[in-house]
Amino acid sequence: MDEVFFASYNGGVWPVAAHHNPTAALEVQGEGRKIVLAGNPNVGKSVFFNALTGMYVDVSNFPGTTVDITHGKYLDHAVIDTPGVYGVSSFNDEERVARDVILYGDMILNIVDASHLERDLFLTQQILDMGKPMVIALNMMDDVDRNGFHIDVQRLSELLGVVVIPTVAVSGAGMNDLKEALAQARSGKRMDMVEDYMAQVLPLVDEPSEALLVLEEDENILARHHITSAPKVQEKLYTERRHWIDAIVEEVVVQDHRNARFKVKLGHWMIQPLTGIPMLLAVLWLMYQAVGVFVAQTIVEFTEGLIMGTYYINWVTALTAPYLSDQTLLGKLLMGEFGVLTMTPVYVLGLLMPLVVGFYLFLSVMEDSGYLPRVATLVDRLLNGLGLNGRAIIPIILGFGCVTMATITTRILGSKRERFIATMLLGLAIPCSAQMGVIAGLIAPLGTKILVIYVVTIFMVFALTGTLLNKLLKGESTALFIDIPPLRIPRIKNVLRKTWNKSLMFLKEAAPLFALGAVIITLLEVSSLLDGMITFFTPFTRDFLRLDPQVTQAFVMGIIRRDFGAAGLNTLASQGLLSPMQLLVSLVAITLFVPCAAAVIVIFKERSWQESAAIWIGSFVISFLTAGLLAQIVL
Amino acid sequence: MTLDKCNRGEKLRILRIPDDQIRLQAIRLGVCEGATLVCSIKLPKGPIVLQNRMQEIAIGRKLAEQIEVENVKQ
Repeated sequence: MDEVFFASYNGGVWPVAAHHNPTAALEVQGEGRKIVLAGNPNVGKSVFFNALTGMYVDVSNFPGTTVDITHGKYLDHAVIDTPGVYGVSSFNDEERVARDVILYGDMILNIVDASHLERDLFLTQQILDMGKPMVIALNMMDDVDRNGFHIDVQRLSELLGVVVIPTVAVSGAGMNDLKEALAQARSGKRMDMVEDYMAQVLPLVDEPSEALLVLEEDENILARHHITSAPKVQEKLYTERRHWIDAIVEEVVVQDHRNARFKVKLGHWMIQPLTGIPMLLAVLWLMYQAVGVFVAQTIVEFTEGLIMGTYYINWVTALTAPYLSDQTLLGKLLMGEFGVLTMTPVYVLGLLMPLVVGFYLFLSVMEDSGYLPRVATLVDRLLNGLGLNGRAIIPIILGFGCVTMATITTRILGSKRERFIATMLLGLAIPCSAQMGVIAGLIAPLGTKILVIYVVTIFMVFALTGTLLNKLLKGESTALFIDIPPLRIPRIKNVLRKTWNKSLMFLKEAAPLFALGAVIITLLEVSSLLDGMITFFTPFTRDFLRLDPQVTQAFVMGIIRRDFGAAGLNTLASQGLLSPMQLLVSLVAITLFVPCAAAVIVIFKERSWQESAAIWIGSFVISFLTAGLLAQIVL
Repeated sequence: MTLDKCNRGEKLRILRIPDDQIRLQAIRLGVCEGATLVCSIKLPKGPIVLQNRMQEIAIGRKLAEQIEVENVKQ
């Protein structure tokens, strides 16, 4: 699988020539070395990365994965960040990417969470078993002090055979010592069992680091070197390593009076239904108030109404007026009602951008605080009914940000069956932040009753579709099995950086599609095809959906992006063409409508074409069927 | 007994994890056959949370039904 994603990548910094070794493309001069940052998830690696490299960094995405690799420079050295992983192997995309960066780096800076030694040292020892020169940053030492226990750092260093520097990265403590220690990186102690087997496999590979993964039966490494017969000792090595690490922890963690402190208790409250459900509802309500009400109304009124809708429009109109007549086709394409220079920037920057930023702020806080895995545990049982396990809450929540990104994230799910169900539910019933923002802005003034009908309808479609798919699809879904990291107060800098990156990604993806949609709509209008379509669908829109026939226009827009369609409804509503109940019906239809063009492209890439077509057509049918039924009831 | 039969607060020793993939991933997170952990949360018909010092792992009910454990007297 990784064979494909490296070989197929022919742009950016990882050329095809790099083959399996993604670090080969990075140039270092003189004494410079390739320093690879490695560690478990959420140990603060990015803080170390920033401390070493400063501001100038490159981010490159591995195509076909959601995995970004960040690299920068420290003195003459190249510094490469890796995704957080629990070990070097091939269980998922993150691990495959981390594996290839670690395998071929010159030295490893291993970041270890001091309060999580028994988990983190497994990766440490595995990299030592590869024979890689290493320095360890024993991070979050403040947590250790606060929890009332001590770590014998000197002894830990002796047992592992490498330098260990205690740090509190966020406050900068220990960072200078660490920089000095980088020069003392050395290969630590391999486990005896690894030494015993090493001679047998070393001749089969190019690098000693690969030899370990041959012993650990890594299928990609075996395939790369065409190895068919090697000792199969993965489980033996894993178990031995586990016992060795447990013994180390037993020896170096000197005191252990950890009582259930407040953080641990709070973490438990988040998982237990009695306390966890009200907490989850409170978080969702807060999010709705902040993004759906405050941003969607107050902020957007300012950004869309004033900045973009007035200042920008006046400016761009004055700028183009001498050259463009609004009677010509070009004039209509650029400056008309759905113009590329008028509607597109106003919607994208004025309306959608504030909503997307607001949403990602929340999401980043949830991610960094360790709340998401607890929600996954809390909702596991509910999702079991839909043929999913608790982990699926991650793509679902991400879907409220951007369905396209969430669709790629369905890869974390354990089986094909789960990935199909999750993709279908995302494409059908999860409105992305942009769309939700427009919808929230439209629905909030209509009162609580309509909001409740809307939410209940969408939720019922979501639950029914999942339940049916679970009943109809063959096979079994996998069970939940996740690490629950300690709760942490998110770092503002980190949250802002994530929000910025994700919002930028949204902008890059949505703006061209929006412009394309605008062009298509203008062309349809100019050629009076739009009127033809409106007339053609009138029996359906007027009699079945009981709406003004003009809504066809919004649905045509919705095929490009659902939020574009919702924005079209916004226009119709402001023209007084839709009563509150009609607005409700059309909002239900547009929410359940086909996923946006970008998401459709990703769905076709990720799933088979039969499955993708089923998702697209299914959304169409379910959307109008639900809206029509609702119309018969409320109108 | 199997893990789904345990009660909250009980100390357990893991005897057998039948699924190969899960067994390997579990070892990395500190849950290997022979390890002792505490059941810190048990959700009604839902996952079981096992705790080893500061490390916590959530295990879905279906998987818990396959994992063999024994009670360890405190």
